[in-house]
Amino acid sequence: MSARPTIADIVRFVKHEARLIDEKRFDEWYELFTDDAYYWVPAVHGQTDPLLQNSLAYEDKLLLKLRIERLKSPLAYSQRPASRCLHVLQEPEIEKADHEGSEYLTRTPFIYTETRVDDSQRYAATAWHTLVWSQDRLRIKLKRVDLLNCDAMLPSIQLFL
Amino acid sequence: MGRYREDSNAIAQLIEPDRVHRDVYTDPEIFQLEMERLWSRTWIYVGHTSQVREPGDFITLDIATKPAIMVRHTDGNVRLLMNRCAHKGTKVVGDLAGNTGKTFRCPYHAWTYRTDGSLINIPLKQGYEGTSLHQTQTVAGLTPLKHVEIYRGFVFARLADEGMGFREYFGDSLSSIDNLADRSPEGELELAGGCLRFLHNCNWKMFVENLNDTMHPMIAHASSAGVAKKLWEGKPADQPKPMAIEQIVPFASDYKFFDDMGVRVYAHGHGFSGVNFSIHSSYSTVPEYEAAMKRAYGEERARKILGTVRHNTVYYPSLTIKGAIQSIRVARPLAADKTLLESWTFRLKGAPDVLLQRTITYNRLINSPMSVVGHDDLHCYRAIQEGLAASGNEWVSLHRNFDPSELEARELTCNGTSEISMRNQFRAWREFMVAA
Repeated sequence: MSARPTIADIVRFVKHEARLIDEKRFDEWYELFTDDAYYWVPAVHGQTDPLLQNSLAYEDKLLLKLRIERLKSPLAYSQRPASRCLHVLQEPEIEKADHEGSEYLTRTPFIYTETRVDDSQRYAATAWHTLVWSQDRLRIKLKRVDLLNCDAMLPSIQLFL
Repeated sequence: MGRYREDSNAIAQLIEPDRVHRDVYTDPEIFQLEMERLWSRTWIYVGHTSQVREPGDFITLDIATKPAIMVRHTDGNVRLLMNRCAHKGTKVVGDLAGNTGKTFRCPYHAWTYRTDGSLINIPLKQGYEGTSLHQTQTVAGLTPLKHVEIYRGFVFARLADEGMGFREYFGDSLSSIDNLADRSPEGELELAGGCLRFLHNCNWKMFVENLNDTMHPMIAHASSAGVAKKLWEGKPADQPKPMAIEQIVPFASDYKFFDDMGVRVYAHGHGFSGVNFSIHSSYSTVPEYEAAMKRAYGEERARKILGTVRHNTVYYPSLTIKGAIQSIRVARPLAADKTLLESWTFRLKGAPDVLLQRTITYNRLINSPMSVVGHDDLHCYRAIQEGLAASGNEWVSLHRNFDPSELEARELTCNGTSEISMRNQFRAWREFMVAA
């Protein structure tokens, strides 16, 4: 690894992140986030405030851990039977590259499908990854997912967009 | 023709003192009759006055599956209108919220109405000369809802012309709305932070009943609240407890906790659990807020307001509120097996932002379509919706702590794990459903 990530490193990282979710390797996925990271799914278009505006999800690492541990629990009844998901990504674009601050912002439109036996939901969304580079690796500081229909009445979305 | 519309006795027989027939949850004809009778003859929550502050401000919504507009008229009053052009039936307003100025104009043929619904203009009016248009209700414009009540900013409507008055219908259950509004140092609320809209593929009553079903949290939420409790165990005692942990862990409380909480019911289906305390009782204090409350109300009254921490209050059938965490959940039925749940949050005027942040954290954790608590609730509702199709047993049990003397009571307080609130709701249900 070099002192800064290449475009290929960043693109590979974003694709890998989606793959870990799809393969339900949630413990590995969790390790992709910095300690102060957030996973955010706004409830309205163009939302800027996660604290004083309702969001579909705004989770720190503790809450992400809760989600992941719950998914392992045999008492998570809504996962019996279990859900599956697949992200189909467009090539991630690098929106901002701040080499001095070691921070990178990527934009990745994607189609997300979540199924549970006969139920199937499909969403169009854009993922915005704020990535930081330290100790020769990339980590996620913020993953923001803008659902195209974030303000629609939505059924349970149980895995990670 | 179904079997229930012309046969009130058949409807009455669905409700026994301690059990109900499955058709109340699954039958499309019963759903249609619920909208025509229960949801039209009772007082339905529409919205909050803070959504329409200025003349011309409006929101659109469905009330009992009927398209409606709530608008601030030019005279400053809140009006409710059917969202249906008098001409061809077009929904006149498409936006969910906005400001229309002084008029509504139909997008199809430009028929134009004042914000009280009265018809102002029809293009090429002379085309109607000599016709009977002016003898029909068409010229009355957008149909107004005549029975509208505003209680501390909460706007309710009764669709039917005949029916019970607002005060008689809600009675002392209004004390929960009072407590919510009193929690503002200025005594006023405003909706803030938007709305979470969660589609439930189940009957609306499953959600409404669940709110005071205190026998399910420790089971259905073992995987979320139970896991949260475990994650937090072993943290150093001096580590500040995150808001989310403070909010989610009490869902894993034991039977004794929920039983001791207590439940109170009122005539016409209303009621609340958390008479003595609730899952919201042990939240961290906010000294700045408490000081503002003491300044506004005096020490004793402030303590009384903040010491009232009810769990869920059901304003049957449409509105459920959580005063202690300043949020409301509104049931908007769409079909026998389809319900929209709207979850809204309030800013307490004169209170610090951290209170708004707290209700929004709670709303996201518990009421979002991505909520791990909500997932297990909805899974169970859906499982009932499907399970009720089974043969061999057509009845749903509501027997827990049934006591025949409760049939005479207009107000009753009992142990928190009683199924009294569901029985009480169904008694109201029958009262409004059986009259043709």
